[in-house]
Amino acid sequence: MEKQEYTITLYTENSIGMIGRISGIFSRRKINVESLNTSPSEVEGIHRFTILINESEDVVRKLCRQIEKQVEVLKAYYNTDEELIWQEQALYKVPTEVIAEKASVERLLREYGASAVVIRHDYTVFETAGHREEIDRLTNALGEYGLIEFVRGARIAIIKDSAGFHTKIKQFEREEPSPDTVENEYLDQQDSVFTM
Amino acid sequence: MSTLEKTRSKPQESTAPKTQLSGSQAVLEALIQEGVDTLFGYPGGAIMPIYDALYDYNDRLNHILVRHEQGGIHAAQGYARTSGRVGVAFATSGPGATNLVTGLADAMIDSNPIVCITGQVFASLLGTDAFQETDVINITTPVTKWNYQVTDATEIPSVLAKAFYIAQTGRPGPVLIDITKNAQIQLFDYKGYEKCDHVRSYRPKPIVRKEYIEQAAALINNAKKPFVLFGQGIILGKAEQDLKDFIEKGGFPAATTVMGLSALETDHPLHVGMLGMHGNYAPNVMTNECDVLIAVGMRFDDRVTGRLDKYAKQAKVVHLDIDPAEIDKNVATTVPVWGDCKETLPMLTQLIERHDHSAWLAEFRELEKKEVKEVIQDELNPTSDIMTMGEVIKVLNELTGGDAVIVTDVGQHQMVTCRYAKFNKSKSNVTSGGLGTMGFGLPAAIGAWYGAPERDVVAIIGDGGIQMTIQELGTIMQFGAKVKILILNNEFLGMVRQWQQLFNDKRYSFVNITSPDFVAVAKGYHIEGNKISERKDLHTALKTMLDHDGSYLLEVMVGKENNVFPMVPQGASVSEIRLK
Repeated sequence: MEKQEYTITLYTENSIGMIGRISGIFSRRKINVESLNTSPSEVEGIHRFTILINESEDVVRKLCRQIEKQVEVLKAYYNTDEELIWQEQALYKVPTEVIAEKASVERLLREYGASAVVIRHDYTVFETAGHREEIDRLTNALGEYGLIEFVRGARIAIIKDSAGFHTKIKQFEREEPSPDTVENEYLDQQDSVFTM
Repeated sequence: MSTLEKTRSKPQESTAPKTQLSGSQAVLEALIQEGVDTLFGYPGGAIMPIYDALYDYNDRLNHILVRHEQGGIHAAQGYARTSGRVGVAFATSGPGATNLVTGLADAMIDSNPIVCITGQVFASLLGTDAFQETDVINITTPVTKWNYQVTDATEIPSVLAKAFYIAQTGRPGPVLIDITKNAQIQLFDYKGYEKCDHVRSYRPKPIVRKEYIEQAAALINNAKKPFVLFGQGIILGKAEQDLKDFIEKGGFPAATTVMGLSALETDHPLHVGMLGMHGNYAPNVMTNECDVLIAVGMRFDDRVTGRLDKYAKQAKVVHLDIDPAEIDKNVATTVPVWGDCKETLPMLTQLIERHDHSAWLAEFRELEKKEVKEVIQDELNPTSDIMTMGEVIKVLNELTGGDAVIVTDVGQHQMVTCRYAKFNKSKSNVTSGGLGTMGFGLPAAIGAWYGAPERDVVAIIGDGGIQMTIQELGTIMQFGAKVKILILNNEFLGMVRQWQQLFNDKRYSFVNITSPDFVAVAKGYHIEGNKISERKDLHTALKTMLDHDGSYLLEVMVGKENNVFPMVPQGASVSEIRLK
């Protein structure tokens, strides 16, 4: 089967170590994760992972079943790009003098819908959001104008057809609210804890 | 700050109000509430508070001090396998916890319900490379069904309840709870123990879909050559009788995986043997002849399927399994029957028609004759003076009648035992199937005995494997498990040697292993023993071993270069199984 981009969307408990648990499922099979984003979901207490990988559907389906086996995972979906609305965000740091002097740069930024976040006398930070290819093109173009720093965020995606699950998790959280995460309260209190 | 102050003073029962417990006491209360009576472990610095509490629970919890944490967890596995209950192991932080890893991996792949409790350094020291600190949670994540680190004692009751629930529901597996030392010491208001009956993000078993049961029944009812494969799922689901009802009504020939052994008595007229690399000839060949393959509680391991692209391609496949991730993982199914086979098998039995497939069954018996002639006859009744492993098992069968718990290690002796041992009763086969852990046998047998002390427990172990965990003789010496240890000594790491002979032009690379005087070693541990190398002594020696009231070690010298056949060579199809 042909490999292609799949976006895996997971709904999980917000427990410590989830990233490790999930990433281990990929690394065990020597699958490269193209990007990974974690964030709260629309339902408080439930976390959302968005993972981008390049694999065949058969492999992705099996991966999702293995992921769903994890105790803290509520649901795993996989989708092709066509089934999603997706975006990646990028930040660019460019010398301000270049922008000020070169009209072509300004045109370029306008063309890609980039907007300034910070303008200082020495540099300016722009941000843009879009598909990977657009961001890559802009990155390449800015490379010629002294691009100082560039960072691209992980893919985030909305599943076009996800109404059913949204209702389900809302109901799920309403019926049984998520437990609090217990964090280590003692790390900064070394001197006051007796040890042997 | 108040909780930290508490960690400085040890709990003192007399002064503490009744509702105040230490984290350690809460751990032991949890075990008692979960019905644990026996546990296996080894103390150390970071788990000392729990062991201190154990001092007062000695009358209610039988703690077996093993000689190595690996022995502890294998014993817990053996206990789980013969008792059907959760096996519990304690270990300290750092090396204690890392020594559990092999057992966790073994329990994970063989679906054993295990709860491990490890001590951990103080929460304030986490991540500082403290003495005996290891990141146990991250080390064990891929080899546990669930794990969790407790840094606050108030969490202990609910976390342990969750641990026991997760370990034994759905597809069972090992759970590890790592408890920092401050949490073990910390006093808290104990509000009692509440068993866990669900975890919101965890679905132990999928919902049974009736339409799949109907589709499966239709397929099975139209089958001319139906063939049932069953695995450990039958034992874990306590569905032995349901399997029997199912195959008897349909008249289906049924074959077992290594892990499924003893789920159906060996002598059952529809039992056609064992599948897999060293399984029986007929079930392997017939896998590629049947028209409907009905797999129940098994996972199509590569040792069972051989080459996948030539595996049962002619057959429609019905797969009954509790773990949705197993369906379509290795073998594409025609009808997936998701669910606990304890529920799905009776539903299916109800819908299938009573059938007589005796002509089809006779085809299995016909092929079996070929295996008897070319392999089994010589193995069980050898003409040479040199003893075979098979004949030892044969005499053992005669003496136990098939009622004993048979524990094996890993290698040739394991395959021979799985092939020839007779089982009358479920939960009688304890072996490391998925992971193939050498050194599993002796400690697992100790645990198996505690799980079923009324039964004879015979550990059949090779001369290689016994040397991996031989220190557990000390556990037997100290606590008196009446384990019979039968060493089949061929003076080689036999299975690797067999492969080197068959596939590496007999280049025997480091398979020649020498052994100590095992009987003398046993004597050193005050365990009776005997060694034989002649056939005339076999029957008496085995009888003496079984009759002895207490543990006993019998070493039997067998042929050095005997091979286990039949064999499905790696990369071959199951129907290309070799008889020699």
